[in-house]
Amino acid sequence: MTRFLPFILRNTLRNKRRTLLTVLSIVVSLFLFCTLRTVITSLAASLESASSARLITRRSTSLTFFLPISYRDRLTQIPGVEDVSWATWFGGVYIDERNFFAQFAIDPLRYFEIYPEYRLTAEEKDTFRRERTACIVGEKLARKYGFEVGDRITLRGTIFEGVWDFTVCGVAQPATPDLDTNWLLFNGEYLNQSLGDWGQVGTFVLKLADPDRAGDVARIVDETFANSAAETKTETEKAFQLGFISMLGNIQAVIYSLGTAIVIAIVLVSMNTMMMAARERTREIAVLKALGFADRAVVGLVLAESLLITLVGGVLGAGLARLVFDLSDFTAGGFFPRFTVTDGTVAQALGIALFLGVVSGVAPAWNAARLRIVDALRHTG
Amino acid sequence: MSVAAGQPIIALRGVSKTYRRDTIAVPVLAALDLDVAAGEFLALMGPSGSGKSTILNLVSGIDTPTSGRVVVAGVDLGGLDNAALAAFRARHVGFIFQSYNLIPVLTAFQNVELPLLLTSLDRRERKQHVLDVLDVVGLHDRSDHYPRQLSGGQEQRVAIARAIVSDPSLLVADEPTGDLDAVSAAEILDLIGRLNREFGKTVVMVTHDPRAAERAHRVLHLDKGVLVESVRRERP
Amino acid sequence: MTTMRLPLQYNLRNLVVRRTMTLMTAGGIALVVAVLVLTLALAHGFSATLVSTGRPDNAIVLRGGATSEMMSGISREAARIASADPAVARGADGEPLALPEMVVLVNLVRRDDPAASSNVTVRGVEPRVFELRPDIRLREGRMLKPGTDEVLAGGKLGRRFEGCGVGETLRMGGRDFRVVGSFDAGGSGFDSEIWGDLETLLPVFDRRGFSSLTLRLTDPDRLADLLARLEADPRVRAEPRIEREYYRAQSEQLAGVIRALGLFLVVVMAAGAVLGALNTMYAAVGSRSREIATLLALGFTPRAILASFLIESVLLCLIGGVLGCLLALPVHGVSTGTTNWASFSEVAFEFRISPGILAIGLLASVVLGLVGGYFPARAAARRPVSEALRAG
Repeated sequence: MTRFLPFILRNTLRNKRRTLLTVLSIVVSLFLFCTLRTVITSLAASLESASSARLITRRSTSLTFFLPISYRDRLTQIPGVEDVSWATWFGGVYIDERNFFAQFAIDPLRYFEIYPEYRLTAEEKDTFRRERTACIVGEKLARKYGFEVGDRITLRGTIFEGVWDFTVCGVAQPATPDLDTNWLLFNGEYLNQSLGDWGQVGTFVLKLADPDRAGDVARIVDETFANSAAETKTETEKAFQLGFISMLGNIQAVIYSLGTAIVIAIVLVSMNTMMMAARERTREIAVLKALGFADRAVVGLVLAESLLITLVGGVLGAGLARLVFDLSDFTAGGFFPRFTVTDGTVAQALGIALFLGVVSGVAPAWNAARLRIVDALRHTG
Repeated sequence: MSVAAGQPIIALRGVSKTYRRDTIAVPVLAALDLDVAAGEFLALMGPSGSGKSTILNLVSGIDTPTSGRVVVAGVDLGGLDNAALAAFRARHVGFIFQSYNLIPVLTAFQNVELPLLLTSLDRRERKQHVLDVLDVVGLHDRSDHYPRQLSGGQEQRVAIARAIVSDPSLLVADEPTGDLDAVSAAEILDLIGRLNREFGKTVVMVTHDPRAAERAHRVLHLDKGVLVESVRRERP
Repeated sequence: MTTMRLPLQYNLRNLVVRRTMTLMTAGGIALVVAVLVLTLALAHGFSATLVSTGRPDNAIVLRGGATSEMMSGISREAARIASADPAVARGADGEPLALPEMVVLVNLVRRDDPAASSNVTVRGVEPRVFELRPDIRLREGRMLKPGTDEVLAGGKLGRRFEGCGVGETLRMGGRDFRVVGSFDAGGSGFDSEIWGDLETLLPVFDRRGFSSLTLRLTDPDRLADLLARLEADPRVRAEPRIEREYYRAQSEQLAGVIRALGLFLVVVMAAGAVLGALNTMYAAVGSRSREIATLLALGFTPRAILASFLIESVLLCLIGGVLGCLLALPVHGVSTGTTNWASFSEVAFEFRISPGILAIGLLASVVLGLVGGYFPARAAARRPVSEALRAG
């Protein structure tokens, strides 16, 4: 087939504008497809980085209710729980509502021991424990706002009234790029004391000795506090985070339907192109057949042309998506820890391009095979 | 070549051809017999619709008779499927069309090379063959030109080079000079005559032009499906 | 002399003659328009739900600085002072039309996926609630008895959450509640809420004060006076705003995000489809070059040719637009739900396709037609007569 390549190439370039428009249409559509699929893979990747070796315990009523910090000691006693820490959602506003990022008041002693994937120097951790108004910012947040050690950050409380001042004492580096670091963590004692020895926390984080026993341990935790003033709900960190995503609705179904619509739309465009191309060339195909090209050979030529167009579009579309998102550091305003077009996505885009090529080429190829030379040569000229 | 000079290279026996136009059957040829000897130059003349092109289509294997036998170069075309017919055409038949039918996006060289892509020749061998036949038609220096950069006569010469590049025994020409001016037409007819004389190609040519028919050894007039021999010249 | 115009029939016939091409191109446009209409319908349905929530003559009083009822707190004393304000209307009994409420979120299991849960708004109310929100009426079951563990569920909750159907039992804050009725709030945000007795719920959720206070104003224009008085009073320090405005503001963020994402999708998809339309129109121009030349030779102006091809392109895309609208229509009224970020609570709503949204969809297809047709049409109009007549 390689000997036909120059001929196939010439054919695709015959109507340069049409081929260009078709390729562009495929590029644009597959770029969009890759973007949408990356939404799914990025969500999955961020869930992957959530540990199944950690449990999150919260108030069963809802996350907006708190748990007594005194539960901590009883949680530590539960068999299978290796370490316990806690965090409380702060929900403050930085300058104005548009600058949204997560803020937690955290256990100054154990939190970073349970989350070793957020890397801090011993000195940073030490300062954090000692300074009442100390805060740690994630690497991504630090980059976004240019926060450096020593900077003061002022937040306006929404859940906790008032104006709160923090001093950056460290920047946490993520161990893997899929980790979200678009956050600010501050010494929980500051919150506790400001509220007059408040003694409550939002969630406990439990480090498990054996991740395989996560289900059992979670059940035991919830049974321990059943029928108390503050009942708990315990689940793995992964399930906890999945819960947030599922609250938004069925994102996957939406993305899959959009993906289907996009693929159908490009099928229509590329099919149209191949049919136009083949229609204009009826006579030439007849000539080729007269010269001794078998039906199979003309089918091959038509299909190859179609595939060449769609695959070039596919490679460019997937390549563009990869290039744009890898270079731009796009995170949808911090919604995704990392927005990376995976090899699987690229492979799927190329698969679609292949499918497009075959589907678009099949009708004209079939017509070419069926074409009666005598009829086609008689028509014009 | 499988057929010795003087032996019939084409034998049509009791060939009929009927076209269907909607529900009406239009008979074009009825019980036609025709022999063409190897090395012969035959011209077919007749009014349009007389069936001369149909004969050309039948002997070149791009159309099949309603009944009767067509044997060309020792091959009975009646028994062949589409793929075998394609192989037959590639091996035995060179086509020369009225409107040249060159592929506009390919150069003269590439157009001529097309039939060779179906052979097992490698790139170097193909190049040699193409340059050889371009020499024969006198267009060696135009091998990189595209059809639109050539005159009509030159285009037809490229088409002729394409027809002979795979060395078929039979050339079929359908009004080869129909689109050409008198000077170019004469050149093309000279070339076809030379291919017949010097290279031993059997030529079957459909034409309206009496000056073209003059070049043939034998001229057959076709009228309402009946062949009438009008001229027979001795071959030189 | 009047300039000759080509009849519309000429374009229609051309589209019919090349129907495969027409349908394929229109199909691509149809998908774009369908996606556009659906995202707009989604955003519209969401904001319509929240915008229709609340009344223009009710004021909702929140703690200063609080952005949602969830984060707000109003003490009993502040509520009493605010209720006595002269701007507050009085009921038939002479008492102020004022409604202190408690609002919390509870995590309930979804019926569509038992592994998934969402936060649902639970509102502690007083019997007076139906006086302040007269558009809301009982649909099924009966009223809740004050002082009991009885609750009412909003009309859209029963189908979406476990335990929210009338007759079912709901566990909240460590206690069981019986759903004795469901109310119809006319598709507003209240339809996604659970209402229980205020004084019963306060201790269950460990609340000492109220979350908000809703007041009927004698005149909405007196809001400014009320605001001035309540902000100034150190015992109150609260901020009243028009109830309807409050809910509208809550819809803005998410509706904006839906529209922005939809716009991104549609723009990129439209780019792909327009390229297809360009191809088709160039082919239309190409295959009719002789025809165009003849028309020019007959005395049609290049302008008339340009207009004619533009019209044809617009017609082509408009077919797609109509198809796209038809494709999207069945989704009208399909209900869905999401968590509103502004309140962190579930809001159920329907896809709402309004005539305005359909008009936008059709308009978009016309724009695509103009964009996709302009260059081919210009190419047609600029064709020299002699050259075109020569071309085969």
